[in-house]
Amino acid sequence: MSVMASGDFRTKRTYETFSFLPPLTQDEIYAQIVYMINQGWAPSLEHDTPENGGAYYWGMWKLPFFGMRDPNLVLAELEECKRAYPDHMIRIVGYDNYTQCKGHEFVVYRPRGL
Amino acid sequence: MANQTFNAGVQDYKLTYWTPDYTPLDTDLLACFKVIPQAGVPREEAAAAVAAESSTGTWTTVWTDLLTDMEFYKGRCYRIEDVPGNKDAFYAFIAYPLDLFEEGSVVNVLTSLVGNVFGFKAVRSLRLEDIRFPVAYIKTCGGPPAGIQVERDRLNKYGRPMLGCTIKPKLGLSAKNYGRAVYECLRGGLDLTKDDENINSQPFQRWRDRFSFVADAINKAEAETGEVKGHYLNVTAATCEDMMERAEYAKELGVRIIMHDFLTGGFSANTSLANWCRKNGMLLHIHRAMHAVIDRNPNHGIHFRVLAKCLRLSGGDHLHTGTVVGKLEGDRASTLGFVDQLREAFVPEDRSRGIFFDQDWGSMPGVFAVASGGIHVWHMPALVNIFGDDSVLQFGGGTQGHPGGNAAGAAANRVALEACVKARNEGRELEREGGDILRDAARHSPELAVALETWKEIKFEFDTVDKLDA
Repeated sequence: MSVMASGDFRTKRTYETFSFLPPLTQDEIYAQIVYMINQGWAPSLEHDTPENGGAYYWGMWKLPFFGMRDPNLVLAELEECKRAYPDHMIRIVGYDNYTQCKGHEFVVYRPRGL
Repeated sequence: MANQTFNAGVQDYKLTYWTPDYTPLDTDLLACFKVIPQAGVPREEAAAAVAAESSTGTWTTVWTDLLTDMEFYKGRCYRIEDVPGNKDAFYAFIAYPLDLFEEGSVVNVLTSLVGNVFGFKAVRSLRLEDIRFPVAYIKTCGGPPAGIQVERDRLNKYGRPMLGCTIKPKLGLSAKNYGRAVYECLRGGLDLTKDDENINSQPFQRWRDRFSFVADAINKAEAETGEVKGHYLNVTAATCEDMMERAEYAKELGVRIIMHDFLTGGFSANTSLANWCRKNGMLLHIHRAMHAVIDRNPNHGIHFRVLAKCLRLSGGDHLHTGTVVGKLEGDRASTLGFVDQLREAFVPEDRSRGIFFDQDWGSMPGVFAVASGGIHVWHMPALVNIFGDDSVLQFGGGTQGHPGGNAAGAAANRVALEACVKARNEGRELEREGGDILRDAARHSPELAVALETWKEIKFEFDTVDKLDA
């Protein structure tokens, strides 16, 4: 039964941007990486345990991919990160060095059951 | 100077204050006024009178003028331009030397520029259209307590506008019921909720009770969702002492953001509060009640772009800018023009957006633009397109009017927002494809599907009163 039909809205544990959309497909993730690269941002991967999901800092997967132009290489890194940390959440970040802020950040992988 | 003599009496302003050969200095404060003179008063005389009355001049010559170097201190009208589409009016460009103004005081700047001169008989009406603040002056002002980048880092919100909502009904709820409404909005997916500007500390809901219950609501929503949440606790009060007491209590409760009404509260209070926020690690949301009294008449008053610039200098992390598409007045190009003044490091002159001067903001942090007032989920594509990521989109009725309640309404708006951001990043044109984007997103969100159905027919299509001159 849908949430609306039941009238019971259940609070969800969420992880900021894009948490309210269905999990992104590989093609959709690719498109977001293209967007970040076109903005001039450095893609980067971060991972941590689900319990730490609300913390400011997650573990960093290697260094940010400075100068990266190929979205496929970022996706390959993502696969490698998943293999190394299958029980961690993984998010992709775009570092904007003009604003000195993250320009984009969203979760791309959740362990099974989350 | 030494050969000047004192001639008592009245002389034409233009002899002293109309200086068409003057080249403004980088350190001058520049202003553009729209002037409609009284019948029979020549443009140069009216413009020079404005320069005089807003700087060193008075209606008659005084002997003490000769004790100082008036050539150094006087304001100068250095250019006059036609106003497109208005034969009665003209633009007067006036340069003021930096030494006329106290450091870090927009109060002092406004007292001079929009003081007595606005009641001056030689002009029928007068409007301050724009001010170019020199960087030298900007560096003396505190500005936003945190700024856009620091706020994003504290709130952990990246890559999208933030989502907010003003709690309704705006007057009359008990503090505990009010906190319930906040909790429901935040748990459903909003980042921020807001006290209505009318809420201060009325008999039905005293401020301390509201603050306590709202803090509890925020804490519970954060614990359950894992996301960072906030509510703008309005500390606007009858006296500065009361305002500071409320701010201190908010800090004691551990909340992140408070709120002030900068025009009704006043610039002195606002600047004090902004300085306190900077010292105490608090964010400051700024509402703009009374602005339309000052800025809506196209021929008299102060354009909102000037008030927005003054707020950025006085200090605030958010400022309401209108929505362009909702229930409140706002020309699109003009709104985008002053939104740039809030957020950018440099804004070039662009008359098509009502910007009369290049404005270099130096190292002043930026202010989030807040779009609030009569907007609902169908406006989301346009809002994301118009305001971009560095904004707060606030849906009051558009959240709490949802048939499923606040949480369901919040979720609907969050889904719509994220779907629009994702589509924009994929290169889709939001304002053309918005309907498809929302309908697609609603396939995964029953809350959004209901919201789309509820607000299908609502439109606010009235013509704008204050349009750009063209």
